Amino acid sequence: MPDPVVLKSGAEPWGAKPRRALSRRNIVLYGTLLVAALYYLLPLYVMIVTSLKGMPEIRLGNIFSPPVEITFEPWAKAWATACTGLNCDGLSRGFWNSVRITVPSTLISILVASVNGYALANWRFKGAEVFFTILIVGAFIPYQVMIYPIVIVLREMGIYGTLTGLVIVHTIFGMPILTLLFRNYFASLPEELFKAARIDGAGFWQIYGRIMLPMSMPIFVVAMILQITGIWNDFLFGVVFTRPDTYPMTVQLNNIVNSVQGVKEYNVNMAATLLTGAVPLIVYFVSGRLFVRGIAAGAVKG
Amino acid sequence: MTGQPHAGRPSQLLRNLNAKIASIPMILTAVVIFLGGTIWTVVYSFTNSKLLPRAKFVGFDQYERLWAAPRWIVSIENLAIYGLFTLVFSLVIGFVLAALMDQKIRFENTFRTIFLYPFALSFIVTGLVWQWILNPEFGVQSVVRALGWESFAFDPLYNSKIVIYGVLIAGLWQGTGLVMCLLLAGLRGIDEDIWKAARVDGIPMWRTYLFIVIPMMRPVFITTLVIIASGIVKVYDLVVAQTSGGPGISSEVPAKYVYDYMFLAQNLGQGFAASTMMLVTVAIIIVPWAYLEFGGRKRA
Amino acid sequence: MQHSVSIRDLSLSFGSVSVLKDLNLDIGEGEFLVLLGSSGCGKSTLLNCIAGLLEPTGGQIFIRDRNVTWEEPKDRGIGMVFQSYALYPQMTVEKNLSFGLKVAGMAKAEIDKRVARAAEILQIGPLLKRKPSALSGGQRQRVAIGRALVRDVDVFLFDEPLSNLDAKLRSELRVEIKRLHQSLKNTMIYVTHDQIEALTLADRIAIMKSGVIQQLADPNTIYNMPRNMFVAGFIGSPSMNFLHGEIVERGGRPAFATNGVDFSLDGYAAGEALQPGRKVVLGVRPEHVKVDEDGAEEAHRATVDIEEPMGADNLLWLKHAGHSMSVRVGGARRFAPGTAVRLSFDMGLASLFDAGTEERI
Repeated sequence: MPDPVVLKSGAEPWGAKPRRALSRRNIVLYGTLLVAALYYLLPLYVMIVTSLKGMPEIRLGNIFSPPVEITFEPWAKAWATACTGLNCDGLSRGFWNSVRITVPSTLISILVASVNGYALANWRFKGAEVFFTILIVGAFIPYQVMIYPIVIVLREMGIYGTLTGLVIVHTIFGMPILTLLFRNYFASLPEELFKAARIDGAGFWQIYGRIMLPMSMPIFVVAMILQITGIWNDFLFGVVFTRPDTYPMTVQLNNIVNSVQGVKEYNVNMAATLLTGAVPLIVYFVSGRLFVRGIAAGAVKG
Repeated sequence: MTGQPHAGRPSQLLRNLNAKIASIPMILTAVVIFLGGTIWTVVYSFTNSKLLPRAKFVGFDQYERLWAAPRWIVSIENLAIYGLFTLVFSLVIGFVLAALMDQKIRFENTFRTIFLYPFALSFIVTGLVWQWILNPEFGVQSVVRALGWESFAFDPLYNSKIVIYGVLIAGLWQGTGLVMCLLLAGLRGIDEDIWKAARVDGIPMWRTYLFIVIPMMRPVFITTLVIIASGIVKVYDLVVAQTSGGPGISSEVPAKYVYDYMFLAQNLGQGFAASTMMLVTVAIIIVPWAYLEFGGRKRA
Repeated sequence: MQHSVSIRDLSLSFGSVSVLKDLNLDIGEGEFLVLLGSSGCGKSTLLNCIAGLLEPTGGQIFIRDRNVTWEEPKDRGIGMVFQSYALYPQMTVEKNLSFGLKVAGMAKAEIDKRVARAAEILQIGPLLKRKPSALSGGQRQRVAIGRALVRDVDVFLFDEPLSNLDAKLRSELRVEIKRLHQSLKNTMIYVTHDQIEALTLADRIAIMKSGVIQQLADPNTIYNMPRNMFVAGFIGSPSMNFLHGEIVERGGRPAFATNGVDFSLDGYAAGEALQPGRKVVLGVRPEHVKVDEDGAEEAHRATVDIEEPMGADNLLWLKHAGHSMSVRVGGARRFAPGTAVRLSFDMGLASLFDAGTEERI
């Protein structure tokens, strides 16, 4: 027996409420997002188009217009022959310095911090939390406060101005965030696993190498992303702890662009800027979600 | 009820030896560098060290000189303006973007990638690209003038009155994506049922955000605030790349003051005093926060 | 009779995944209806559709004969109680109760009156100035019910409201919800996966599986006359015993034969559907299996395998003709493992299902 209301259902609301794709809400929502996205993309766009123009075109046109005549000359110059005031072999020297700094710094800092985080999470010993607290609070101390004592220590050790010294500095300052990251991650793994391994007779290093390490690949990748981008982008430590021939890329870039000698070549500057930003950008675009996870894990739980 | 307090905590020294060995780098870093280095710098800020540190104490001389230096005053003013606006704008913009991103939108990943990519770039790159965009001869100003608005003037990097706002624009571009991401993670952590309950109660969306969701996100906001704030105090590379402190000294910041006095002007005592002031600034920010966090943990 | 809530041909799919399929349901004025099923069966989805928190892909929803399919939740005349309570954590209990009313622009005096009434009914008066974090789980759930109560609506929706509570509190609040329903006489729709909650609270139970209502009936019918094998197996703990076999004729009367053993079907009301040769499944609940210790002929003899004394009653696991079978007997009757017993079934309370369609015969 049909219900009376069903009989007139043809004119009645049925199913999902019809919505226009261009509702006011959607226009405001996507409109705002698009405008914001344009603002964020604009500098990248400007960098790219500027780096592909010749200097005459730059002087005539505006910075937003696409290149009329595409030239890769600025890129070649930025890489190989741009002058920093000291030498004229371009960014390539800085690039290789940065590679020599970033690779060992990343590996050593992650190794030290992961073992440390594991010790803190699973092998708590008396006093560990005190040191850890100092470490975390220390992460908020401006680097400027600690820089000079480190200079003295490194000078005493005879490695001030060397890449080794800079690697040690990066390991030190990467420690708070990385230790926190690993400690929290290892603490989130089921404790039974650790207990079972201990009952099976595995020791400190065995549990780390055979159980924790294989289970924690994602967090190692997150830590690598954090460190590679962080160390590559560093400027302060580079300028303080290296000499001109071992300057990392960021320092060299700044010297090229802000060097007061000669005519400003904006296209070369932008090509150099893009070249320096390329490594972290590639890491960012490739890692995507893990990058987000890294900053969320490192920041929110901190 | 809660079990024996000493259960499962072996006290033998040898049993945890490996853990202690593994913690040596952390202990050295924490004690020697973070604690020792900080104390050393604070102590030597009371000396008249010039090219090399010398333990010749001169009381508050360095601090008196510091606060009498116009360059330091400008640095502090700049830091205050930059800091205040960065906090307000990055929280507001970051939250608005996060709230928009939380509307079950299409292309969420694309938008997030776009908003966050500047954060992957260094301050040097950020400073240089905005130096170029804000270049009055070729950048935004000239483009707007070319559109017919001849009197348009926007040249922050060449105008000492507004130069710090030019730095601010670049800083916000680099950092708001991070704030958006942190706050979005916070928004996603809100129980779905809260939203449903508010809808059943007929509470409009903006009021739900304002009176229910934002208060619930207090911990996330505080953490974000601390992260932004500690970044502000450290701001250095951005200014070096974008303005080199100029025009004149009008965009100087404390971190640059410290570096210049320590490594260029060879006036270590002055650098130590300035860095100690930075430390005090940070302490003013994080001590209340740490107190809250620590107090909260104790109660739990 | 006026229906409080009517659902017509409701369907909902997310992309290609269909969660609800052409669902029809009428809920009477003042009825307590329980939607029961395991997770993923669509029961919460259905409730969210009724609340207006999810948009159906097709079909209509009527509340008090008003088509509310396109209406906002707040305009539907419903109140809802959530599993996680969903109290606004930064507001006091009083503010939690009154916030929605205040936003709706209700006069202060009326708000106070309603809050006072809800507090009285739920006995949360002393808690009004507290924040949710200072309340116990049971108290929070009471406040959550109060928030629905102050809305003064016809239909209450409960989404697994007791699942986050411990067993003792759960049974206490169950009684309170029942008492609340008896005094308020509102229509209540209650989602749960707990069959005890369903059986004790419901006027009618709708058992759902894969977005389809399997059976809609009062608890007694659901328990004793399950419409298909899914319902029969879902309700009851331990589950109903299922014996696969066929109908045979013994002395002119139908009987059930399994593994060569016959059981008379005298007392089973089914009529001519019991043609000999039909493949069937006999379902018997543990308490409808009878065991006697006096000797039996070989065929109906079973052995006690395991005994699980539970206080009030005693659960036996028997072995019979290759089957394992559970039996519930009084707590006073004890059987040592290995005891041989005579097995028979209370056919008046048993169920027969077609072996192919799994539908009740």
